[in-house]
Amino acid sequence: MVIFSVYVVNKAGGLIYQYDNYVPRAEAEKTFSYPLDLVLKHHDEKVVVSFGQRDGIKVGHAVLSINGIDVMGKSTADGKDILEYLKDPSNYPVSIRFGRARLSSNEKLMLASMFHSLFAIGSQLSPEPGSSGIEMLETDVFKLHCFQTLTGIKFIVLADPRQASIDALLRKIYEIYADFALKNPFYSLEMPIRCELFDQNLKSALEIAEKAGNFGAGS
Amino acid sequence: LITVKHKSPLYFKINSELFTLTYGALVTQLCKDYENDEEVNKQLDKMGYNIGVRLIEDFLARSSVGRCQDFRETADVIAKVAFKTYLGVTPSVTNWSPAGDEFSLILESNPLVDFVELPDNHNALIYSNLLCGVLRGALEMVQMAVDVKFVQDTLRGDNVTEIRMKFIKRIEENLPAGDE
Repeated sequence: MVIFSVYVVNKAGGLIYQYDNYVPRAEAEKTFSYPLDLVLKHHDEKVVVSFGQRDGIKVGHAVLSINGIDVMGKSTADGKDILEYLKDPSNYPVSIRFGRARLSSNEKLMLASMFHSLFAIGSQLSPEPGSSGIEMLETDVFKLHCFQTLTGIKFIVLADPRQASIDALLRKIYEIYADFALKNPFYSLEMPIRCELFDQNLKSALEIAEKAGNFGAGS
Repeated sequence: LITVKHKSPLYFKINSELFTLTYGALVTQLCKDYENDEEVNKQLDKMGYNIGVRLIEDFLARSSVGRCQDFRETADVIAKVAFKTYLGVTPSVTNWSPAGDEFSLILESNPLVDFVELPDNHNALIYSNLLCGVLRGALEMVQMAVDVKFVQDTLRGDNVTEIRMKFIKRIEENLPAGDE
């Protein structure tokens, strides 16, 4: 049972904390000789496959590393443009690792504020007044659980669909927030949480929840 | 001794004398810094506000109190749960206004003022004004604007300590979604 990530959103819809516990990645690393039979293109500051699928490499996968060294966006680790590098026959044979690109922090910020708006829409659509808002969003590979406090802060956990007792985990994360973020006098409300104790305690809470989840029962 | 109990394994005792001394040191330092009782009262209220906006989350995270439906419920929760949890005392709720928007908390004892006597040159000082700020800040975070003030104070010669709380309005900006 796995908990994938935790998001904390403030009252205005801004992401103030994000932690990726586990990022499952479908990756494929292959050695290629010139010329490259995949068509690559720039997309959103990354180099992605636009045409040509084989051996686990799919359209949309991004270039993650070249010859074992992680790339930085559109350039290799030493600053060369990737597409230029791959056009040069003298650089071959080359080993490239492809995979689903991780979300950048900006993308996460946007998604959090979008969820905040969806949450508000969800409450407005409710036939009864005083709805709790979106509590869960379910897909085949993950469940998103959300808990909004009376003060308007949202705690969001993405977990394996079979993971149990996420409600208890959300309440626990609220307690950890009340302790290690709020009781730190140097932390300003509504701002990004950069408190080590908060990180540490959150990680242990996730570990405990993952182990407990293995024994079934719960929400 | 004040015993602080949490739902989590955190459970420790703090000497209430240390608490009284700490608060006293705070007030006397403010008096030295500002030399003006009105200003000190304001600073205490401000500090209390900053405590209140944080304390409310601790309170909500640990108690299973839900949203109060009306001001009477709020008064009960403040007196019976909040004061009990944080100061170990349970004030009584009395003197409701006819409109139900004002009430008084009567404190028999106040841990902040154990051993304290106000000297003559500090007649206007509201020693425990921090509490007013705490209540104001905490309620603001749950979308309630209130006015809180001491109307009687044993330190200033009254028989009891009385805090008057008045409901001003619901704060409509930035309502959490779902609370119309």
